[in-house]
Amino acid sequence: MDLKGFDRPGRPAAGGTRSVKVMIAGGFGTGKTTLVRSVSDIKPLTTEETLTQASVGDDHLIGVADKTETTVSLDFGKISLNDSLMLYLFGTPGQERFWFLWNGLFKGALGAIVLVDTRRLASSFRAIEEMERQDVPFVIALNIFPDSKQHPIEEIRDALDISPDIPVVACDARDRASSRDVLIALIRHLKERSAIALEPR
Amino acid sequence: MSAPRRPTDPSGLERYYVLTGGRSGPGGAASSLDVATLIVSLTAPHPGMQHEHEDILRRCRDPLSVAELGAHLGLPFNILAVLLADLLEAGRIEARDPIPAHHAGRGPDLALLQEVLSGLERL
Repeated sequence: MDLKGFDRPGRPAAGGTRSVKVMIAGGFGTGKTTLVRSVSDIKPLTTEETLTQASVGDDHLIGVADKTETTVSLDFGKISLNDSLMLYLFGTPGQERFWFLWNGLFKGALGAIVLVDTRRLASSFRAIEEMERQDVPFVIALNIFPDSKQHPIEEIRDALDISPDIPVVACDARDRASSRDVLIALIRHLKERSAIALEPR
Repeated sequence: MSAPRRPTDPSGLERYYVLTGGRSGPGGAASSLDVATLIVSLTAPHPGMQHEHEDILRRCRDPLSVAELGAHLGLPFNILAVLLADLLEAGRIEARDPIPAHHAGRGPDLALLQEVLSGLERL
């Protein structure tokens, strides 16, 4: 067997590299790709899945009745957390009705960030419902746009109808530090949930 | 000189059919492949290999996620998964699934969460 070029002494870390993933959900135009882009170490990439039957009778593209192939795209980025741990961030497709078709899209994810545009809260309702249905732990990130009005967090929490233990944080998805802070809020939330789960009864 | 022709298969489906030998999804070990699964080559490419297999082995000398591979090779996930299944079966690659926050039967992985948190705080 020719192993030339595959033997790399002095780089043991690459051999043991592992990955974790976090999903970025939210309605169309809430800033999912912007957040992935601002915090990623690499230029964000797009990976695709083709769905060959699912669109039949369920596609709103009138006049394309014979369409048999639909492409669902995921924008993603990655962050190198240390020498042997990579964090992958996946922005979920805009068409939520396709989420369930993507084999295990949320399976194995540490959790999710649901981005909310406070000017149109309703656009993220579907994403929140989906996280609750699939039992994916999440935090809410209010992406503050220049013309966003200030709303008390409690008012927003009430409108989104989420459980009181779910953190709601404000962010600017264009800003790397701000996006990183949302990720930190998610991981802290996961740790707290885990600590509660581990408490003896 | 021949006149320019419209591509007969603009969707690329024909190409995918050829690449995968008509298989539409992976079986066996590869059916659990995730977009964040890391692929690592275990062997070097050998002459006469299918071009795409060779390409995968070359790109995965360092661990690379299935999503990155798909983006670099311009292949959709389900097609790539078929090619990866071939390589897995032949023992030419290793697939490492993303680590979940909860291990089945062992509860939450607090050490992992702390490791992620420390990494983020260093950014």
